[in-house]
Amino acid sequence: MSTYPRWKLLLILSVCLFGFIAALPNFLSEQQRAELPDFMPSKTLNLGLDLRGGVHLLLEAKTDDIIEGRLENLAGQVRDIRRNEKGVNFAGVRIEGRSVIFSVTDDEMIEKARTALLPLTQASAGLGGMMGATVQEVSLEREGRKFTLTLTDEGISMQARDAISRALEVVRKRVDPDGTREITLQPQGDNRIVLQVPGESDPQRLLSVISTAAKLSFHDVNTNITPDDIARGRIRSSEKAVPVRGGGEMVIEKRAIVSGDDLVDAKAAFDQNGQPAVAFAFNTSGARRFGNHTRENVGRPFAIVLDNEIISAPRIITAILGGSGQITGIGGVQEAQELATLLKAGALPVPLEVMEQRTVGPDLGADSIAAGEVAAVIGFLAVVAYMFFGYGWFGIISNIALFTNVLLILGALSIFQATLTLPGIAGIVLTIGMAVDANVIIFERIREEQLAGRKPFAALSEGYGQAMSTVIDANITTFIAAFVLYFLGSGPVQGFAVTLGIGIITSVFSAVVLTRLILTTWLNRARPEKINI
Amino acid sequence: MLRLIPDNTKIGFMGARKFCYGLSILGIVASIALFFSVGLNYGIDFEGGLAVEIGTTNDSAIDIGQVRGSLSSLGLGDVSVQEYGRPSEALIRVERQPGDDAAQKAALDLVRATLEKTVPDVSFRQENVIGPKVSGELKRDGIIAISVALAAVLIYIWFRFEWQFGAGAVIALFHDVILTIGFFAITQLEFNLSVIAALLTIVGYSLNDTVVVYDRIRENIRKFRKMEVPELIDFSLNQTLSRTTMTSFTTLLALLGLYIFGGEVIRGFTAAMIWGIFVGTYSSIFVASPLLTLMKLDREHMFNDVQDNDPTVDKSRSVDPFAN
Repeated sequence: MSTYPRWKLLLILSVCLFGFIAALPNFLSEQQRAELPDFMPSKTLNLGLDLRGGVHLLLEAKTDDIIEGRLENLAGQVRDIRRNEKGVNFAGVRIEGRSVIFSVTDDEMIEKARTALLPLTQASAGLGGMMGATVQEVSLEREGRKFTLTLTDEGISMQARDAISRALEVVRKRVDPDGTREITLQPQGDNRIVLQVPGESDPQRLLSVISTAAKLSFHDVNTNITPDDIARGRIRSSEKAVPVRGGGEMVIEKRAIVSGDDLVDAKAAFDQNGQPAVAFAFNTSGARRFGNHTRENVGRPFAIVLDNEIISAPRIITAILGGSGQITGIGGVQEAQELATLLKAGALPVPLEVMEQRTVGPDLGADSIAAGEVAAVIGFLAVVAYMFFGYGWFGIISNIALFTNVLLILGALSIFQATLTLPGIAGIVLTIGMAVDANVIIFERIREEQLAGRKPFAALSEGYGQAMSTVIDANITTFIAAFVLYFLGSGPVQGFAVTLGIGIITSVFSAVVLTRLILTTWLNRARPEKINI
Repeated sequence: MLRLIPDNTKIGFMGARKFCYGLSILGIVASIALFFSVGLNYGIDFEGGLAVEIGTTNDSAIDIGQVRGSLSSLGLGDVSVQEYGRPSEALIRVERQPGDDAAQKAALDLVRATLEKTVPDVSFRQENVIGPKVSGELKRDGIIAISVALAAVLIYIWFRFEWQFGAGAVIALFHDVILTIGFFAITQLEFNLSVIAALLTIVGYSLNDTVVVYDRIRENIRKFRKMEVPELIDFSLNQTLSRTTMTSFTTLLALLGLYIFGGEVIRGFTAAMIWGIFVGTYSSIFVASPLLTLMKLDREHMFNDVQDNDPTVDKSRSVDPFAN
């Protein structure tokens, strides 16, 4: 005869109770959930995109652009040294692969040049870099008079990570300017972003919002140049021809008066003619530069350039002080709103490319949930009926464990807010089928022990004892598979792994621990001569 | 009570082992041949390209032929259109477009526009565009996942059992995985990401089955020290047969529900699982266990293994009943 220590009994029952309470919100209406007291968990299952509909995008930063920009910058630094450092002259500065190559014109200069170049190779800490860690971005090599500055792999990946962490913020502000949508936005690896927008059914709109660079700047316009000059390419090197929205071209100063980096606010508005416009405001330094420029250039036009296109070129009527202004000639109200959002979010630090795009319509999601529910219920009932006919009274106990198991899975998924996907539902259904395995192993053992002539109590404890290692071994193998799937899989496969993994833990608990408690309690009360199994 | 298997069966599994080895080798050879000749019907997860699932808002049937005609005239290469579950639903797959990811997106726009013209009341239920880079990575990750899972599980078996069991389990595992790949080659069911999940689960399930039988064999080896190995394996298999069939049956019941009612999206996945249950059960009885006879089990070593810390093996109970 055996009795359970009280603490053990309480522990088992409280685990079950906690599972029930955690699963409960899923069976309540939204209103009922709101009325739950604070101490009760009120979280429901977190449905994956395939079940609720939405858009999943995998975006990749064009690292090549980052590298290119960094190399241009490096070449610029080299030219600066040539200009500023007395007695050092470089020749043939060129970019080759990931290196900037050049040579000094005289052997005398080698040491001086080296000293001047060394600061470029100093280690620096990146924006999104690891805490406190510094990375050497550039390495310097010399061969005779020839110098080679090369971007290191660590430097490039640090740049990419920096760009990604800034792009992440920009994308968030663009897709979810009010912070009200339940979007998922996370970096993946060095140069990727995963964006998930539940409920969104128009990926095109999303893509256009994301793929715009939104680089805004204000430039001086060269009004003295004729279209003929443009056609012949007679433009100064400090100037460039830029297309104008709605047709034509204008020549502007390359250097911006003020750029979008100085923008602090942008919102949709209407101009004095009642046309949609975007009102913006600069920070103090931007406001000062803009004020100075407009004061000195009254009567001349300036160009508002967005992504290498002039969206308008108003004439300066009076000095614009105070750092605010308007962009007009935008089109509809919606365009104005989108432009305001884009400007406020800032420019993308690096172009993003769509690597993977998955869209699930809301009706398919609903269909999938319904199909999954039906399949789960039918699978559950079939297993329950079979266990009852196969084991009778023991089958009922096993079914209680099975029912507890399903509630524990639901509860665990709700508490941890693990994402439930369609394969996840499949994982639950599979777990239902396999959950009774531990019970079958144990019950078969009890039968054997009884056939071998043991009394009920002895048969029960021997059965559980002997079956334990088998049950553990058997479940660990499946658990390993689930574990690997979780860490190496992606998206829906991970969803499946989560439910399978949780299901294995809860089913071992309910099928081994819970059934043993019930059976022992029952044996203590009923004291049958023989277990009918 | 309803029992699938009567008590105290004495089925001579070992007698059939030669036949089963032949059958399994034949199946493996056929699977490998099919894999290399016919190949798998890779989904866009691994091939790249686009897949669009459409339906009609008023449940009217979709004219598959017409859709196929209008899409194949777009010059997008290989386009497949098939009914998907119901007549009012169709799945369109377009092969990977040459060029980068932008080319895939352009093709999707073209397909969408064409479908809007061709199918009245069309609703886009699901759209997937996978670029060439990602599909290559998913394929690689899938292979890594399966390899790592196999390795991890094998290390576990090796620690818990003698090497002979580990070797038997390995062979049975590869047997199951290869036969499942053969199954996908012959049925041409779509081989996608979720099938990788199914494969790993089959690996887990099949091992689960094998481990239960092996546990019993190991226990019996220690208990009945004079019994011949083939006889002992047969005895253990019969002892666990009831559990093996019960569990396979309940799992099949649950999976059948999923297969029939779970919808088209996960049908390939459940089909793989159902097949895996059959193969996994077969292999643990007819492949993994008989294989132990080929590798000489060192029984003395197993019994006297001081390092064996398996708490469930009660060495004090290991008395040969025939010796008394």
